[in-house]
Amino acid sequence: MRELADNIMDIAQNSISAGASLTEVNVKVSQQDNLITLTFRDNGCGMSAEMVKSVTEPFTTTRKTRKVGLGLPLLQQTAMMTGGEMKIESQVGKGTCVTASFGSDHIDRPPMGDVAGAWFSLVVMNPDTDFLFQYDFDGKVFTFDTREIRAAVDPLPLNHMEISAWIKDCMYQEIKELHGGIVL
Amino acid sequence: MKSLAELQAIRNRMLEQVNMRKDDNIDTRVVVGMATCGIAAGARPVMLEFVEELKRRGLDNVTVAQTGCIGMCRLEPIVEVYVKDQEKVTYIHMTPEKVARVVNDHIVNGRPVDEYTIGAQG
Repeated sequence: MRELADNIMDIAQNSISAGASLTEVNVKVSQQDNLITLTFRDNGCGMSAEMVKSVTEPFTTTRKTRKVGLGLPLLQQTAMMTGGEMKIESQVGKGTCVTASFGSDHIDRPPMGDVAGAWFSLVVMNPDTDFLFQYDFDGKVFTFDTREIRAAVDPLPLNHMEISAWIKDCMYQEIKELHGGIVL
Repeated sequence: MKSLAELQAIRNRMLEQVNMRKDDNIDTRVVVGMATCGIAAGARPVMLEFVEELKRRGLDNVTVAQTGCIGMCRLEPIVEVYVKDQEKVTYIHMTPEKVARVVNDHIVNGRPVDEYTIGAQG
């Protein structure tokens, strides 16, 4: 993965595969604590305790077609390389929460990258599921809830050309504003 | 902050248009591989460029969708283009720079860009 934004897309995709109707993706930047935290919370099918234990092994996957799954192992590896960690909490039938933290100034931390692009891709590629995105930059918060957007544009789909253009502009603008010129 | 009112105005404008997009208008699908392998190889900028280029040209008969890993991870980013009543074309090692030509030559003018396809791989 080239940037944390790639991990964001990849891990959120797991929630969709788990049949989640709502997936929360939080990005939290605390410059004071030198910490970046990514949180993924969904109401998908969840995992058994046994699965949670083995899911960080590259040879664990729910896929039927082949025997590797690298998303979570890669996220964990990146977190650990930067002095952070990854935690998974899950309950069958309830959902899953994955948290990964990264030492912000660690030399091995990948750049944050295009988070707006990652979020936008998730929405247009999965127009029928809902997302709650939150970006917390040193306490300044941007929240994007597709349920609100869906209600506002009904009956148009979220991947309608004009609607998705608005969503894209909104995400890029807001995140840029939060960063205030700081590149992470 | 962009406002929801602005969004609703777009919605109303779109709903007034008679030729509102319906699914039976869609005749071309662009499918981007978005599994871990695709994302790691750079699928996101490719997908974003497709959305942008289609919007630039106002091609609302084309949808961009995603698929999982199709088992050729070394050839990612992979993009499959399905034009109605035609055989699927598989593009490999896609980059944002290649997108404009695929849209122009293939999707608009019906001539697949052979040199980008999996068939061109020796």
